[in-house]
Amino acid sequence: MFYIYCPYCEEHREEEEFHPKGQAHLARPEDPDACSDEEWGDYLFFRNNPRGIHHEMWVHALGCRKFFNITRHTVTYEILETYKMGEQPTITAETEASRPAATASSTDDRVSTETKGAQGVQA
Amino acid sequence: MSDIRQFQTHPEVDVATESPLAYSLQRSGAPAITSTSQVILRERPCLGHLILRGGAIVLDEALREVLGLSLPSQPHGLNHDASGERSVQWLAPDEWLLIVPGGEEFSLESQLRDVLGDSHVSIVNVSGGQTVIDIEGEMARAVLMKSSHYDVHPSAFPVGKGVTTGFAKTSAILRRPSASRWELVIRRSFADYLYRWLLDAGEEYGIGVER
Ligand SMILES: [Zn+2]
Repeated sequence: MFYIYCPYCEEHREEEEFHPKGQAHLARPEDPDACSDEEWGDYLFFRNNPRGIHHEMWVHALGCRKFFNITRHTVTYEILETYKMGEQPTITAETEASRPAATASSTDDRVSTETKGAQGVQA
Repeated sequence: MSDIRQFQTHPEVDVATESPLAYSLQRSGAPAITSTSQVILRERPCLGHLILRGGAIVLDEALREVLGLSLPSQPHGLNHDASGERSVQWLAPDEWLLIVPGGEEFSLESQLRDVLGDSHVSIVNVSGGQTVIDIEGEMARAVLMKSSHYDVHPSAFPVGKGVTTGFAKTSAILRRPSASRWELVIRRSFADYLYRWLLDAGEEYGIGVER
């Protein structure tokens, strides 16, 4: 079980209070009528499926019922950070790639993530 | 002045009102309180429940003016007035639950709307949709621990805290107005289910229902 930090409730809650809602940061096209079929189709149907860092929208369904974002690792399932709607992630595939600790062992990896103040999983 | 139409749910004429647990108290049983009861349940039926939504600052000013009660600004805050009969609880960053003695909610809503004017807020009377159950007794916390994954240890759940969380496979609002008393705010449609769950969970502690 995950213990997930809700940025609105400002505390960790049990995983079963949350639902995942798919890829985060999908902006609806400003003017749908001006979209090509391909642009509109991309917006409606096509999603990233990365191996590694993924930004997802989740909802705190049994708590405050607010949507928020999670940066999650799709291989380790580790939740690296959670942040409010409208905010941008501090951890991305780019920052992870340029991080010196990325070359260290996985144990060091975990420590450096936690000391960053990332508000993801606790034990 | 607001031009929103309100609905008086307590008409002047005398109409019988049934609490959400009226059926359960008759049909699902209500064990008597004995000298060995370590948990006591009590419904506080037909209170006035209002959901306030909008900006914290404008709602806080209005509530201070009308009720002399300040809006909890921190998550999970629960404030009571001096009498302890009126409370306001944080539910979400833009949502609060106001509970007042039954019958007060209509005039309170009018007063709030008068003060709020054209502010971008929403006030919804949900009195008919939910009810409050008190849980008291030395083993009250044990019943809560059997029912919810939320940490109810006093160090994590001090007096004056209230949360919406998973409870008995559904959701409920759990609040701690005093050191000895817990409150559940539950939906009408789940009232009988949760009541029977609590009776079952409290059976080993000789649970009794105060009527
Ligand atoms: Zn939350």
